[in-house]
Amino acid sequence: MKKVITGDHAVAIGAKLSRVEVVPAYPITPQTLIIEHIADFVNDGEMDTKFLTMESEHSVMSAAAAAEAAGARVFTATSSQGLAFMHEMVYATAPLRLPVVMANANRTLGGPPGIWCEYNDSMGVRDSGWLQVYVEDNQEALDMVIQAYRIAEDKRVLLPVMPCLDGFVLTHTVEPVDIPEQQDVDSFLPPYEPDVILDPSRPAMIGTFMPAEYIMELRRQTAGAVESAKSVIQEVNDDFTRRFGRDYGGLIDTYRIDDAEVALVTMGTVTSTSRQVVDELRQEGEKVGLVKLRFFRPFPSEELKKALKDTGAVGVVDRSLSFIGGGQAFNETRSALYGLSIPIINHLAGLGGRDVTEWQIRKMFELTLRAAKGENVNTVNWHNTRGESV
Amino acid sequence: MFELRFHGRGGQGAVMAAQTLAEAAVIEGNYAVAFPFFGAERRGAPVLAFARIDSKKIYSKTQVYSPDCVVVLDDSLLDTIDMVAGLKANGSVVINSRDKPEDIDLGKEITTAAVDATSVALEILKAPITNTAILGALAKTTGIVKIESIEEAIKRRFGEKLGANVGERNALAARTAY
Repeated sequence: MKKVITGDHAVAIGAKLSRVEVVPAYPITPQTLIIEHIADFVNDGEMDTKFLTMESEHSVMSAAAAAEAAGARVFTATSSQGLAFMHEMVYATAPLRLPVVMANANRTLGGPPGIWCEYNDSMGVRDSGWLQVYVEDNQEALDMVIQAYRIAEDKRVLLPVMPCLDGFVLTHTVEPVDIPEQQDVDSFLPPYEPDVILDPSRPAMIGTFMPAEYIMELRRQTAGAVESAKSVIQEVNDDFTRRFGRDYGGLIDTYRIDDAEVALVTMGTVTSTSRQVVDELRQEGEKVGLVKLRFFRPFPSEELKKALKDTGAVGVVDRSLSFIGGGQAFNETRSALYGLSIPIINHLAGLGGRDVTEWQIRKMFELTLRAAKGENVNTVNWHNTRGESV
Repeated sequence: MFELRFHGRGGQGAVMAAQTLAEAAVIEGNYAVAFPFFGAERRGAPVLAFARIDSKKIYSKTQVYSPDCVVVLDDSLLDTIDMVAGLKANGSVVINSRDKPEDIDLGKEITTAAVDATSVALEILKAPITNTAILGALAKTTGIVKIESIEEAIKRRFGEKLGANVGERNALAARTAY
């Protein structure tokens, strides 16, 4: 069944179809519509779920971790300052191997305060052990909530997953979304059956104080789980494709990359607009392509290298800033491509929610093509920015 | 691809109008998207919304810069906002106004349609919420969607949120303005 719905509505339906059992919630724009829709579903008897209105995001993640430890399938959603406020508990969840799924509506992390799309909020927890996936349309937002549970609860992974969707650009945009049938989701996603749960009849503790004597091994286990997620993500993607007919590619997706002389690496909705620009430039005779960086954790280093090794230059688009020159996606992609002797440049655009237009993406391709020809191009390029813009 | 920009004030339902238009286009088998551009949301402040309609999937996730049609829910905005900015030469403007189209100065020769959506809304809905009435006028002026699809989309969206009766009355407002 197709419905014309917002990205937030799609995420809420994804949680409903995943039969989540506990939803601790706290509102924050532009995520609020997600928990409002879930509150409606619960109120209308469409969802058999414990809906908890918490007093802060820190309490949301505390409750999420506790409910997950007690064996429940848990969902919540947050954004920006809300994610910052729960930072401490976000870091607690992954090493405890609690497969919570939390959607993040990407939003500027103040100051200065702003409500529009930027990735600095979720980038701030990229080293927490959570897996992160960035989506480009509302269909993918819904589908990735369902896939997130299969990945998170896999015994080879057991890590929390954060599907990230662009604030307003998806959260508040309506477009047609194909709603999967409940029975099809049920056969794709079996009930959560943890091996170990908190149970008053068999007293145990988790999350206890841990001295240096043990913690190195625990860190290594968490790192190993993030690494094992790579093959699980691919398996889950392939199984989803077989059952639902939609193939997102797994860790990365590529578009017209096979004979591309240059490629952009994009995340989120910039990918969608860039697909159109790639088509236009191809018609004009330019051999350009696209790699969509879907998962930021685990980071798809090998996949990026394989996809980009035959290009003449790579431009990485960032919607967030790391103060070592350029954005996080750029710096991590450049590390992944270490050893390839091609120019790798950074395009900063859309910070604070500034619209990323077709003409800006054209400019990104133009600069990357110039870099491929050996021209002197800046490593970090600020697009559509007052002052020293490109 | 047909692109639209909606101008209104917070509370008049510009966002809901854009969403309902998208739903009407999808009912007819097309692809459509609609989205708001929020400032700091508050009742009475100028609000922008956009919509795109095409026969195939729309990939562009940017704002609309050269619309085929501009819809104005509140003619008091004409004094402060350039309504025809970026409007295509063969585009059109649909305005909620008591004035005749030839008396409305947009600073440019452009196909203009005026409908007294406020009176229609006050009479049928007993509230000055003009978004459904103006969709009737939009269907008439542009022909981009059929009035029957608008009525169906209104019944679905408003009916789902506010009850079948509200849906019916809003569909009637659109039909009356049409």
